[in-house]
Amino acid sequence: MVRKRPARRPAPRTRRRPRAARVVSALLGIVWALAAGFPVYYMIITSLKTQAGFFNAPLGLPPRRPTLANYHRVIFSEGITHDFLNSVVVTLVSVAVALALSMLAAYVIVRVDRRWVRWTLNLFLLGLAVPIQAVIIPVFALVNSLHIYDTLWALILPSAGFAMPITVLILANFFRDIPRSLFEAMGLEGASHLTILRRLVLPLALPAMASIGIYDAVNVWNNFLFPLVLTQSQGVQVLPTALYQFQGQFGIEVPPLMAAVVLSAAPLLVLYAIARRSFLRALAGGFV
Amino acid sequence: MVKRVDTQTAVMAALPLAFYALFVIVPLGVAVALSFQTWNGLAPPTWAGLRQWRHLLSDTVVWGALGTTLRLMVYSWLLQTPISLALGVYLAGRERYRDLLAIVFFLPLMFSAVAIGLTWIYILDPSFGVATALARDLHLQPQSWLGQRWVLVTLSAVIAWEFIPFHTLLYQAAAQQIPTELYEAAEIDGAGLAGRFWRITLPQLRYTFVTSTLLILVGSLTYFDLILVMTQGGPGYRSTVLSIYMYNEAFPKLHMGYGSAIAVLLAVLGVVLSLVLLRVSGFTRMRSELEAG
Repeated sequence: MVRKRPARRPAPRTRRRPRAARVVSALLGIVWALAAGFPVYYMIITSLKTQAGFFNAPLGLPPRRPTLANYHRVIFSEGITHDFLNSVVVTLVSVAVALALSMLAAYVIVRVDRRWVRWTLNLFLLGLAVPIQAVIIPVFALVNSLHIYDTLWALILPSAGFAMPITVLILANFFRDIPRSLFEAMGLEGASHLTILRRLVLPLALPAMASIGIYDAVNVWNNFLFPLVLTQSQGVQVLPTALYQFQGQFGIEVPPLMAAVVLSAAPLLVLYAIARRSFLRALAGGFV
Repeated sequence: MVKRVDTQTAVMAALPLAFYALFVIVPLGVAVALSFQTWNGLAPPTWAGLRQWRHLLSDTVVWGALGTTLRLMVYSWLLQTPISLALGVYLAGRERYRDLLAIVFFLPLMFSAVAIGLTWIYILDPSFGVATALARDLHLQPQSWLGQRWVLVTLSAVIAWEFIPFHTLLYQAAAQQIPTELYEAAEIDGAGLAGRFWRITLPQLRYTFVTSTLLILVGSLTYFDLILVMTQGGPGYRSTVLSIYMYNEAFPKLHMGYGSAIAVLLAVLGVVLSLVLLRVSGFTRMRSELEAG
């Protein structure tokens, strides 16, 4: 055995790392890759199997003759496209509302020096600490009294509200890094806050807004509690509740269920495939 | 910073605040108010005084659910923290093959809790799941993974599968920021791999450690979707955490008043936990920085 390979320009972090440590860490990496990858592999190959093929190969071997029949069924007979579109609408509108309102709040928090503004910040921090489940009963009551129960608005408005705390905090942190002299220069020219926001802050903050917007979008897309409690009819069903319903409806017909699971994650998988690094940075939600 | 507040600024501040208050802050207050009422979700609520709270104190299920919540919290932390830390540090290394593995590492982030729960149910299914087939092939006793004995461990493991990639991202980003000179200096001092990990990597990652811990502990109060999909809180009340119990009381049974009392308990737990953790950590720096401006 060669004790010390003539390493071709070793990375600084791993220089002279003992062989045993390298083996252990590579092993860890491979074990987690298997653990993380297997369920995803399972979803995909199962979605391509027939029911009989599924029962014949429980160990998760790939089907000999893959079939798209499960996708065909879920899309054309079970109407998942409708749920998919509902999810798209709810996600896009919620995030647009959350971003617009959070931008205003973050601007005021950064630019206005008043005691009540500091209190505002505390309110947003409180929103980070409160579990969404803790307020679902009053949100249900509120949605009822606004007469929007069982509509897409019942999902959009609370989703936007609950996306605000993190969005405001991230944007406020970002706005604070904009040099003060830029604000002052525009202020001297007599620009109003709204003009400064539109002409100075917004162009600079676009990447940050896109990033936190994607983070919020994924949260809204995957949210299950709001549609579970605030809607009931098929017409306004979104993907997470559709999956939940399929679970009961399909029973042991696992292949079509897995096709629905794959479709429910398709937009995220596509985003991951085309822009992995920036997507992951966005998913870290400003904690990185 | 400006002190002057004109009409336009006032509107800019009022619009988001009013919206946020209506959908987040006011409901928090209403939850407290509803916990002193009896309400079935349809007829107007009626005053119940302390009845819900007296019921809560004497309800063994709620205390069991609190215990289950705390156990799940501890299991989650114990599983997620070391693995995420190790994977994050591992990925911060620069060999090419790690980049390839990283593509697989973060796949769980692409799926909703409902999708994850559904998939794992079938992987773990006692009659046709992969886990059972594998156990048979290895001549091991197949286990009922969602039964009385294993359910909390299994749920913690699936939850860990869901969240480890996120925490790995945090540790990876932080580990990449550690200046290599620190390692070079330690190497000159003769520190081995373990020494370098304990003396440099870990101290350098302490803020990430605190953030990640805070998110795991407070986040564990919100584990709901996955448990509802996988076990509905069962068998019996075995995996009934507070959020599941609150939901089961409030929505299927329409005990909205009692559900609100449990919800208040949940909210208090979340806020107290956050405050305690913020106090003992350096996380408050973020807030004071924001306030100082």
